[in-house]
Amino acid sequence: MNSWDWSAVADFMPRFWDGLLTTLRILVLGSVLSFALGLVWALCYRVKTRFVRWPVNFITEFIRNTPLLVQLFFLFFVLPEWGIQFSALTTGTVAIGVHYSTYTAQVYRAGIDAVPVGQWEAATALSLPRSRTWTAVILPQAIRRVLPALGNYVIAMLKDTPLVVAISVLDLLGQARLQGGMTFQYNEALTVVGVAFIVIAYPASLLVRALERRLVR
Amino acid sequence: MTSGLWQHWVLPGIWITIQLTIYSAALAVVVAFGIGMARSHRSRVVRFLAGFYTEIFRGTSSLVLMFWIFFVLPNLFGWALVPMWAAVLALGLSYGAYGAEIVRGGLNAVAPAQREAGVALNFTPWQRMRLILLPQAIPEMMPPFSNLLIELLKGTALVSLLGVGDVSFAAYLVRLATQESSKIYSVVLVIYFVIAFVLTRGMRALERKTRANLGLTATGGAR
Repeated sequence: MNSWDWSAVADFMPRFWDGLLTTLRILVLGSVLSFALGLVWALCYRVKTRFVRWPVNFITEFIRNTPLLVQLFFLFFVLPEWGIQFSALTTGTVAIGVHYSTYTAQVYRAGIDAVPVGQWEAATALSLPRSRTWTAVILPQAIRRVLPALGNYVIAMLKDTPLVVAISVLDLLGQARLQGGMTFQYNEALTVVGVAFIVIAYPASLLVRALERRLVR
Repeated sequence: MTSGLWQHWVLPGIWITIQLTIYSAALAVVVAFGIGMARSHRSRVVRFLAGFYTEIFRGTSSLVLMFWIFFVLPNLFGWALVPMWAAVLALGLSYGAYGAEIVRGGLNAVAPAQREAGVALNFTPWQRMRLILLPQAIPEMMPPFSNLLIELLKGTALVSLLGVGDVSFAAYLVRLATQESSKIYSVVLVIYFVIAFVLTRGMRALERKTRANLGLTATGGAR
């Protein structure tokens, strides 16, 4: 039984910054991917033909109801079998982005549904083409409404980034495990990482709540 | 070879996944109702502590929490947990924090007049909670709880990283033995999907039941 050692915290710091950078990189790129792909799914939900709507519905339901970890392994081990080679970092980012796109899709769907019917009718009355209706009338209003919900999913994504340790990406948790494996400073490294998550996530959630209040008004 | 792996790892793995889901869901429900009700307590201290708990456990990643409970707890305090129970504790405590928000939201959604009526009838706070607020709030909580249960099911996959032999861990072993990655991981994804489907259906039935107890139909509104 070994107790707490502050010098171990200092020892861990260089690794900590490396890990933080990797975690934030996965988070930013994963968020961008999930925002973009989610919008694509959400638009597909509204396509008239069932041959688009049904498969997209099924695929997103499937991804949403199965664990990210298993999807991560799936991509990591199966893509190379199909001759597609990604780095572990890219695989992790793609897995998180795709997984969360199925959540953002639901958010966009609700946002689009919440745009008043009158807005559609006004666009028709102005005889705007379909693409203009979407880009100039519907989406700006829908996306404004869903920003807080998207923010919440970014926070959720932050808390899922440590899963990439499973494919040996050295994010925050990965660096902590490495430190623990080499110096047995598990206590300090893991605690620092745990605290780091709270320190990032708590202000972020306050920010999202403030945004929620502003936009709801 | 493959069939032996199936019997010795995948099938017991499914059972362990189901057990993990049940145990952590049970813990999460206790935490969720405890903390969620505490957030509307008269005492400021109780409210603060409950809020603090929620922020801490919602703030950190459940995988980091699991590692912390598994690696740090034994070192710092000298009590080690079997991986399975470390996992149940981590999952139950963190998903319980999410559940607490659902409970709080559900209780807040009950019309204030109902609470006042309870006060007028001279009910104690606990009687108001048990006889008036909870019966009306619980049906409201069921759909978000259903989502949370699916999240928890997916969260159980994390335990494979601690070496608990759940179905994800089984997939890992089968892949190592057979190198048939696409096959085993597709099968495992389908297994999770099927369990999630069953859970969703079960929760919907439960929702209908709790609503029926209040004389409400599934779509809401009085019958």
